[in-house]
Amino acid sequence: MKKTGAQILIESLKMEGVDTIFCYPGGATLYITDALHYSDIKQIVVRHEQGAVHAADGYSRASGKVGVSLVTSGPGATNTVTGIATACMDSIPLVIFSCQVNTMLIGNDAFQEADIVGITRPCTKHSYLVKDVKDLARIIKEAFYIARSGRPGPVLIDISKDVSAATCDFKYPDKVFIRSYQPTYIGHLGQIKKALKTIASSKRPVLYTGGGIISSGASQELLKFAEKLSLPITNTLMGLGGFPGNHPLFLGMLGMHGTYAANMAITESDLIIAIGSRFDDRATGKVEEFAPHAKIIHVDIDPTSISKNIKVDIPIVGDSKHVLKKMVEIIEKDEEDFKDHHTNIAEWIQKIDQWKKDYPLTYVRNGILKPQYVIERIYELTKGNAIIATEVGQNQMWAAQFFKFLKPRTILTSGGLGTMGYGFPASIGAQVAFPKSLVIDIAGDGSIQMNIQELATAVQFKLPVKIVILNNKYLGMVRQWQELFYEKRYTWTHMDHAPDFVKLAEAYGAAGYRITKEEEVDDILQKAFRNNKTTIIDVQVNPEECVYPMVPAGAPLKDMLLV
Amino acid sequence: MRHIISVLVENEFGVLSRISGLFSGRGFNIESLCVAESLDPTTSTMTIVTTGNDAIIEQILKQLNKLINVIKVTDFKEMDYVSREMILVKLHADEKTREEILRMVEIFRGKIIDVSTKTYTLLITGDEEKLKAFLTLIKPLGIKELVRTGPIAMARGDRTIKPKEKQTKGGEENGEDVLR
Repeated sequence: MKKTGAQILIESLKMEGVDTIFCYPGGATLYITDALHYSDIKQIVVRHEQGAVHAADGYSRASGKVGVSLVTSGPGATNTVTGIATACMDSIPLVIFSCQVNTMLIGNDAFQEADIVGITRPCTKHSYLVKDVKDLARIIKEAFYIARSGRPGPVLIDISKDVSAATCDFKYPDKVFIRSYQPTYIGHLGQIKKALKTIASSKRPVLYTGGGIISSGASQELLKFAEKLSLPITNTLMGLGGFPGNHPLFLGMLGMHGTYAANMAITESDLIIAIGSRFDDRATGKVEEFAPHAKIIHVDIDPTSISKNIKVDIPIVGDSKHVLKKMVEIIEKDEEDFKDHHTNIAEWIQKIDQWKKDYPLTYVRNGILKPQYVIERIYELTKGNAIIATEVGQNQMWAAQFFKFLKPRTILTSGGLGTMGYGFPASIGAQVAFPKSLVIDIAGDGSIQMNIQELATAVQFKLPVKIVILNNKYLGMVRQWQELFYEKRYTWTHMDHAPDFVKLAEAYGAAGYRITKEEEVDDILQKAFRNNKTTIIDVQVNPEECVYPMVPAGAPLKDMLLV
Repeated sequence: MRHIISVLVENEFGVLSRISGLFSGRGFNIESLCVAESLDPTTSTMTIVTTGNDAIIEQILKQLNKLINVIKVTDFKEMDYVSREMILVKLHADEKTREEILRMVEIFRGKIIDVSTKTYTLLITGDEEKLKAFLTLIKPLGIKELVRTGPIAMARGDRTIKPKEKQTKGGEENGEDVLR
């Protein structure tokens, strides 16, 4: 039976198991929006296309499924760029459908025309322009496959308006074969054995894991591996939740705002076992002095990540889950090889435990309401049982430091691109995926204003997202740099012209609370967490608070500024 | 270090800009780039000349391989190869110089492909050294215009740069989500 391009799109989405799309209409989407009218795919209509992509991204990070968004041509498409770049940097599988002007108008500077394939080329994993309805089903099949396989990432499909109206026979392909794209999942056995041998003879090993653990679903394997060999472990920001944040082997996050124990362990280690992490400059500090005494084993599905920033001694290209599983298998089989291992590293573990005891994450409590205290209370009150989205800046770092992420997919944060305005729409996506879970966006007063229009979306779709604004009336992280490195010239960072967030929440039909002192924190947070509405909690925190420890940009990890 | 890299790609629109965009976006340098359909019309061969230290070249090769439309990447540094490029050069040709030009063309086994009362247009092919030598000698005669292709290259002997055979490892052919 013949179907229109619009119908083919919807049928294909169903074949991919897509139940939700995040969208915004326009002239070029009309055939598709009309076809969606008859479908049972949930359509979350946002207020800005950037919000649509971040929401799809949050949906994906929380659920592990591919996030999908649909936008119109021209400005609709260009508004998605920040969202796509965010997902690309963090390897999040998305399929973004943008609509394009009629085929015959392409290239004519037609009304609402933008070369979105060209614009997004550097920030997608791949992209397609569909000019013939006969290609549509195959392209959608390929796009979903590319998005979620290998190192995941966003794929854009640009569909001409006439293609969405044209008809052809519909058959959804059941196989994909792209001759030029065959990711390597299975790590090289010889390399794996070599890595294990090196681990067995190490005296000061450290595991350093990242977002790859989350995207390959390897956290169980990681836990087993780390426990079997008693390996101390640190996560990148993207890796948080990949290993239980309350586990005795856990050192906390490393890097610019990492813990003393994590950064010192890296600096003094003789072996780094990096898994699914790409040696981002925020994690390594000064590259030349990163782990100066250590050999480096690096497991990554993306060969370009290996030896890009740091020279690697034992590279293993493969899926983290597969490689870890294999490693555990071999360790269990050849226990004899590791009989001295625990004695070998006993002294090291002791040293690390001492660091942990001597330099824990901390802050000064002096009667003024501190943001760290608020995060600690959120953790205690929820017992870690919440999905936390963050914006970018101090709020993000405090959330990473003071909330113990116990399970994967419980932190949604723009790690690579550092996108302010990410957290709130992402929390909308997560809440759509898990309507019953407690979803909290930890925000700053600056970041929240970047996509605050999505309050209308959250209220419209009855999504009880809690937005905790750590309101310090500054762009706090930039202010912190100005304080430390620019002699306190707070140019552009003082945000005293913010709206009254409580009234603003009410204006949108959401609930609003304000917290001004420590004694109010528990009471109001509990009230907010219990109500079933979209809620803003405006927390008036100490404006001068800084994030510590801090490794100044370009400095080695050991040169931390402590509280 | 100067490298000649051969890239076999899908013969589709937009592929060239993905490749060149990769170079510009990551700050890699392209010295020259030659593209045309290959033996199999569904694919094109790109010959890229680039420079960089080992780490940069390694990244270039890996990043090229990562592009979805790229089928095979070969760095000719790892093998013996032949390479040729072509130049078209238009020269002033008056009574005094005509003889000399003809002699040069003969020595370098070039061709005169266009003649006017005041000019000769020559075609010369060869490797980089030969063309360099030719240009040095011909320059004093007065070059009006010059275009060159940049090199194309091929492995010596019976070695061919075949695309990867169909792989079945990983079982992801059917598009199932092997990560979960």
